[in-house]
Amino acid sequence: MIIEFSDQVPRVTLFKRFPVPRNFKVTPESRIETGRTWSAPAGAMRTKAFEIYRYDPDSGGNPRLDTFHVDLDDCGPMVLDALFWIKNKVDSTLTFRRSCREGVCGSCAMNMDGTNWLACTRFISEMAAPATIYPLANMRIIKDLVPDLTHVFAQYAAIEPWLRSKTPEPERERLQSPKERSQLDGYYECILCFCCTSGCPSHWWNGDRFLGPAVLLQAWRWLTDSRDDATEERLDALEDPFRLYRCHTILNCTRTCPKGLNPGKAIAEIKKAIVERES
Amino acid sequence: MDRKPTNLDSTPTQPRPLSPNIQIYRPQLTSVLSIANRISGLVLSLGALGLVVWLNAAAAGPQTYRVVQSAIGSWAGRVVLFGCTFAFFLHLCSGIRHLIWDTVHGFELRSIYISGWAVVGVSVALTVGAWVTSLFIAGWR
Repeated sequence: MIIEFSDQVPRVTLFKRFPVPRNFKVTPESRIETGRTWSAPAGAMRTKAFEIYRYDPDSGGNPRLDTFHVDLDDCGPMVLDALFWIKNKVDSTLTFRRSCREGVCGSCAMNMDGTNWLACTRFISEMAAPATIYPLANMRIIKDLVPDLTHVFAQYAAIEPWLRSKTPEPERERLQSPKERSQLDGYYECILCFCCTSGCPSHWWNGDRFLGPAVLLQAWRWLTDSRDDATEERLDALEDPFRLYRCHTILNCTRTCPKGLNPGKAIAEIKKAIVERES
Repeated sequence: MDRKPTNLDSTPTQPRPLSPNIQIYRPQLTSVLSIANRISGLVLSLGALGLVVWLNAAAAGPQTYRVVQSAIGSWAGRVVLFGCTFAFFLHLCSGIRHLIWDTVHGFELRSIYISGWAVVGVSVALTVGAWVTSLFIAGWR
């Protein structure tokens, strides 16, 4: 079917997962074991099962998959509400990041039913039965659904995401025309939730050197800013077989962005800018 | 199991597990066509080897040529040849899609899906068309 907006959940899914062994390329400490099942409270009329990735660094054990039966009549409509319900009523050790609960902060990014999204803007009713919740894919896990984002934020810092101007500091703001300002639309809205980077197969295999869609979108946000004078230096830094060109236009990034942005297009703009400056 | 004190240090005492990626991430038209493009490229490279074998056999003389020709004409040979034809058209259509992307066009999610399904449909149609046409010209032997 044709997907028009990234928040669309497909009506039919042909394959739930790629035909690879469960432990394909998985190192021993990352193997997921079967966890325990927590049944619904007595008297619950409408329940839904949630399979949730758990990892406790203090136990010394492996990650496991726990099953929780959530009482839908006692719980809000979003996946984040279900996580809160579990934490408040069943297992208080369930750990996850959250802040704004309305899709503005990007803290609760996680993998739900196989795709990355924000738990606060995904309806429980849109989830499969049982619903599966993993942390963001391909991240080192600190605890449960909390990934270690140190590496991706270091990659973000590497593109120098700030205004680099060569003109002397003006008395007042650096002005932009409405047209110049509109160049930033679709890029400045990024909340750095890293749903796209975590959903990018190229970043799975070469994430140590490939910057990934979120960071490259930010790179374009500064390249296209009329006030920024470091275009040449920025392009020099990006023109690299790994940093930029490990992007093979798979476009999982654009499919998964919870803000409806287009990292794939931003990367294509960078590639085009590099070609154009050489011609 | 002994409970160690909670690790508040940012450097973990044991390697942190890597969350699953390919094992759990849902296949989507975007990623499936990307891997299909790569696999079809691989099939074409192997098919090119087959082409070299066929040409060499033709150069070596009628006897060798007959052996290779009957291998290609066998049921298994035809299935492989059909697969190579499909790989060729899939790779061709996918390549054109990538060329359009290189001009920064067709990046809206709707366009990505329309062009993706078009690649699937057109490459299937071209494969079937090529086989029907060649069987019509050469006859089924």
